[in-house]
Parts: sequence; C-alpha cells; structure tokens
Amino acid sequence: MQLTGAQIVLECLREQEVDTIFGYPGGTILNIYDALYEYRDCFTHILTSHEQGASHAADGYARSTGKVGVCFATSGPGSTNLITGIATAYMDSSPVVFITCNVSEGLIGKDSFQEVDITGITMPITKCNYMVRDVHKLADIIREAFAVARSGRPGPVLIDIVKNVTAEKAEYTPVPRSEHYASGRIARLLQKSLYKFDMPRVDNNDIDILIKMISESKKPLLICGGGVVRSRSQAEFMMFAEKIDAPVAVTVMGGGGFCGRNPLTTGMIGMHGSQASNMACDGCDLLIAFGCRFSDRVALDPASFAKQAKIVQIDIDRAEINKNVKTDHHIVGDVRQVLNMLNVRLGRYNHQEWKDYVFSYPTETEYDDLDDKLTPKQILATIARVMPQDTIVATDVGQHQMWAIQHFHFDYAGQLLTSGGFGTMGFGLGAAIGAQVGNPDKTVIHITGDGSFRMNCNELATEEHYDLPIITFVFNNSTLGMVRQWQNLIYNKHYSQTTLDRGPDFVKLAEAYGLMGRSVCNVEELEAAINDAMASKKGCVIDCRIETDEMVRPMVGGGSHITDFIIS
Amino acid sequence: MAEQRVYTLAVLVDNEAGVLSQVSRLFSRKGYNIESLAVGPTHRNDESRITIEVISDDDQIILLANQLRKLLTVHSVNILDNEKSLRRELVMIKVMAPDSEIRNEIIQIANIFRGQIVDVSVGALTIALIGDENKIKGLEKILSEFEIIELVRTGYVALERGLDTIYNDTKEKGEFNYGKNVL
Repeated sequence: MQLTGAQIVLECLREQEVDTIFGYPGGTILNIYDALYEYRDCFTHILTSHEQGASHAADGYARSTGKVGVCFATSGPGSTNLITGIATAYMDSSPVVFITCNVSEGLIGKDSFQEVDITGITMPITKCNYMVRDVHKLADIIREAFAVARSGRPGPVLIDIVKNVTAEKAEYTPVPRSEHYASGRIARLLQKSLYKFDMPRVDNNDIDILIKMISESKKPLLICGGGVVRSRSQAEFMMFAEKIDAPVAVTVMGGGGFCGRNPLTTGMIGMHGSQASNMACDGCDLLIAFGCRFSDRVALDPASFAKQAKIVQIDIDRAEINKNVKTDHHIVGDVRQVLNMLNVRLGRYNHQEWKDYVFSYPTETEYDDLDDKLTPKQILATIARVMPQDTIVATDVGQHQMWAIQHFHFDYAGQLLTSGGFGTMGFGLGAAIGAQVGNPDKTVIHITGDGSFRMNCNELATEEHYDLPIITFVFNNSTLGMVRQWQNLIYNKHYSQTTLDRGPDFVKLAEAYGLMGRSVCNVEELEAAINDAMASKKGCVIDCRIETDEMVRPMVGGGSHITDFIIS
Repeated sequence: MAEQRVYTLAVLVDNEAGVLSQVSRLFSRKGYNIESLAVGPTHRNDESRITIEVISDDDQIILLANQLRKLLTVHSVNILDNEKSLRRELVMIKVMAPDSEIRNEIIQIANIFRGQIVDVSVGALTIALIGDENKIKGLEKILSEFEIIELVRTGYVALERGLDTIYNDTKEKGEFNYGKNVL
C-alpha cells in the first residue's frame, strides 16, 4: 500500500510491537505527530516537559522492561536536548531508538531555522545512526535500527529523517519481525560477517579452559556486571555462583543481576565498594567478570587490580576485552549463553575457608543514628521495610546513588535504574517515569539528592499529568554531597560552589505540580509519609533531611589500589 | 611509555556516506594525527578499503583497531606487518624547466627513478612516481636542486604479501562479529 513516510514510521514501530513512545513535537516532526493522531489507538505517547526527560524516560522504559525504548524529537534544539540522554544510554548499553526529523532536503546545509547536523553530533554516542533522505529506504532503515539497538551489546541508535520524506509517499509492505533477517539491510549486514554465521556460538574450547581454571582455583571471586542485567540472566548466574560456591561482588551496573539477599554477595565493588568486595578482589586467585568492562570506578588502578589473580573476562563486546585490564582468558559471548554452557559442565565446589575470610569483612557500612536527622541507611531501610520487595528504584547521581546501591538488596535485573557509566545527574525522574509507564503494576520510586532533583524536576508535571504514583525521596543535605565529600577529603575543605543554601521548598514545589509533598526528619515521619503516599496512589515528593557532612563510606581514591581506603 | 613507530592499518568498510568520518573520528578522539590516508573501492561491490598510517605503540594500536572493528560499517581491520606487506604511494611533482638543457636533465633523473613524465609544458614538467618512502624522498631530494613548484602524494596503500588477505577468517574476527550479529 502507498503510505506517507510518517505513516511508514508508525507502521514500522508496530512491526516492532512498540506501544509506548516518549517525545516532544516540533516543526519538522509535525507530519509524524499528525500521523500519530491517526494511529492514536496503537500507541501511548508520553509528552514530557523537556526532550531530555523524554530521552531518560525511554531509557528507563528500556532498562526496566528489557524492550527497546522509543523517543521522538524535532530538529535543532529538540534533537540536541536529547544528547545527554543518548550518551547516558550509550554508556550503560541501553537499547533506545531515537527518531528525530530534520529540515527538508532543500534547506539542508543552509543553516536553516532549527537545522543541526544531529547525525554528526551523535556519531560518538550511538551504536549507529542514520540520516534518511529517501522515503523508499525508510522502512528498511527503521528495521535495521531496531535490530542494531537490541542486538549484541545493546545501545542507542538515532534515525534522522528529513521533513519532506515524512510527507512523501512510498509503497509499504508489512514484514513481521521474525522475517526481518531475511531481506533488506539486515540480511546484507549478516552476509557481510566474514566469519561463518548462523546463530553466533560461543567457543567450546574457551569454555573448557575456564572450567579447568575453576577446578584449579581455591579462592574464586565473581563480578556481576551490567551484562548480567542486560541479558536478564540472573537465574543462570545464581546457579553458577552457587555451584562454584564463590563470593559475588556486584558493580553499579550489575545491581539486580545477583540477588542482594543471597549469602554469597559481598555487595558493591570499587571506589565505594564494600570492604568484603574489595578485600576479596585483592585476595582471590581467580577473578571471573561477567559483562563488566572494568571501568575506572571498579578497577581504580588497572595495573594493580587483582594482580595476584588470574583474570577472566566474559563479554559480548570483543573490544572490551583487555581494554582496561589485561586478562588471562576471555570468552566472547552473550552472558546467558556462556553461563548455560558453563553450568552444564561445572561440578560442585566448596570454598568455605575462602568465604570465611571474605565475609570476615563487612559487606555493608554501619552509620550512627542521629537525633534530629535521618541517616541514609535509615531512609533506605524504612523504604525496604514499608514498600513492596519488587519496587523499581531509579536513582540520580551522587551520594544518594551510592547509598541506595550499597544498602538496597536488589532482587532482579531491571529493578535498579541508574546512570552508572555517564553519571548523569537528572536521570532519575525521567527514568522513573519510563519505568512506571512500562511497569504499571509495580511500585516505582525515585531516589535523588537535592542537587540532582533540581536539575530535571520539571518532569513532575509529566508525573502528575499521567497519574504516575512515583514517590521521590530527596536525600536533602543542602549541598552537592559527593563533590563536597571530595572537597572534604582531598581539597582542604574548600567547599567551592557546592553549598545549596537555596530554594525551592520541595514540598511546595510538589504541591505546585499538583502532587503531595512532605518534609521528614525521623523514621516515624518518613514511614507515615510513605504510607500516605501509597494510600493516595498519587505521585509524591518526600524531602528527607540528612546531615550535610554525611559521607559515602568506604571510599578508595581514584587511581589508588582497591584496598587503600581513604575512609572506612 | 612503549616504543612509538609508524603502523599501517588496512580497514575494509562499507562504501557509504559518512563511513570515512566515522573511522577518522576515532583517530582524532585518541589524539592521533593521521600520517597518511588513502581510500578507494575494492573488487567487491559496495566495499571500500582504507589504508591509514599512524604513529602509535604496540598496545594502543590494538585498542584502536578494536574500536574500529566494533563499528557496524567496518568489516575487517588488519594491522599490517611492515616486513610482510607491500607499501606503495604515488607522487606527482611539478618542476620548473625553463630551457631544454634543464628539461633533459630532469627527464634523465626521472628515468633513473623509473618515474614517468606525465606532462610537459612550456617552462614546466610533471613527473609521476610510484614507490615507497625511500624512493619518493630520494627523487624529491634530487629534484630539489631544481625548482619544485607543486607536489602531491596519494598516501600509502598497502597489501599483505603472499596468500594472506584481509578476508582471512580468524577467531578474533569471529569474536567481533559475534557482538555485531543480530541475536
């Protein structure tokens, strides 16, 4: 049938079984929004306050559901407003397809109104991007874009469509998703693989080598990275960990990949890793990292990182192998596929003595209770006690983020939504909105700090409009806590531009947006506020007062050896 | 710091708009100045081959090649071993030749270097020469006794000697394709 480019875009989204779109309209993308009016029964469109909010929401939707997120924006500033969101998704390997429109063909390259070279700008922060100037190629490109976003190591893809293409007509034939591989650009992409291709296979010999290394190890340690979360292989991973009876250290991105209540977990590893994790890393004789790229927040000093141990890296992205830390063995493959192959061949082991050593160190930090203020751990323990166990947690970036990851016990992949790689302050509220839209039956909370929250709190309007019962917990210490912590420890207590002795009053702000707001100073008030918020089934902001100089503990300085704690 | 030297990379890519900028971007991002760059289509459809020379060290060049291999539009990357590969470049040099005596002298020099006189005009000659670094530098040095008014080089192209090609399957190549393939 003959359809306009705009209609083809939406038909292609239906092929991908997309039902939710986050976005913001504008001049050049009007044709698509006009078609969306026609297709309004097929899609839920969430209109955010700002394109950045839409980009984080699509990302949060993708992370929490495991599906590909979709985000629309117009040309020029609409598309550049997405950039932080695209980079956030790229660094954390989250599959999102961004669709922007550009000015019409005749206006390209003339510095026209709201024209920008968005494919040029986003080249380093997308897996792949496309500029569509021919309506006949549109459907094929969209199919490839979705396949690329979700395949291999997932990531964001951007499609920029010139406005006239969205109005021009072309023949469109629906192709079910299962047949996309057989024709067009994807088929060509597959043929190009010089290596024999049917279903990508993990090398059997590589598996055997690892099995042998495990059998020779007395002190194995596992690292659960973001790859375990992206491949949703927490069940396979748990079986593997229990079979070899090894402690499991979890990275920020790996949160939820290994059940936080499992007695084998040593908690977070790295700069703010637990003593148990970091000491285990320094004492193990075999370190097996699953879907982990040894970022500078984990392998603080790559040269001395687990130097005494044999290091094995399992990753789907070959370019990550040996990038940051030199390894002794690697397996390239989907974490789940690798784990299945390992689990079949693996015997049972007992490493009681090694575990006794590792767990002689604390897996969590203790904080002293205060009279007039809450401690981070009290807030998190209260949330865990009062709210459902499967609550999805979206965080922003800073101290609250580290506390949340240290003290919450995440049970499943997709439960923790956090900007681990890019460290995007302002990510949380958008991500929580995306998660709540994608998981209407689950409770979603947003853990933030007063600094991060101020960045994108405009999305409270979105939360209110779509009746999303998200509870925002502001860890309010009236300062940019993490930066202050560094100033405190490393910069001679020069609190340069980190004191946030300013408004707004977050309770009034919430009320201005039509939401409930509460300010709390102790556990009773906090618990009452949570109960009221849950009973109201409406969005809520709870301003939790904490001590200004409270620190994230332990801490290892950047570039230092992993057990050189500045503070414990 | 590891030892720095010139590395030659052969990169097989899609013959598509934007691919060259994607590839060259990775070099500037890492702070490399590209010493030489040559691009052209191959005998296969929709495929181009880029030859790039950069100064790097043994560790960094592998990381750089790996980042290139990750790109969807890149099919294959080989770090060519200088001992086992052929490197050639074409240079065209325009030299002032005001009288027949000088013209003859230049023609003789060109012949010794197996260069070709590709243009003769009143007052100037243009020589084309194919060769490696030494040969081109050699000719340039001798011609500098005359007056060179323009010089252009294509950048090196390189091929492995013998039966080995960039199309050879290796385990590493399979590992890179694993991540690119549609699961």
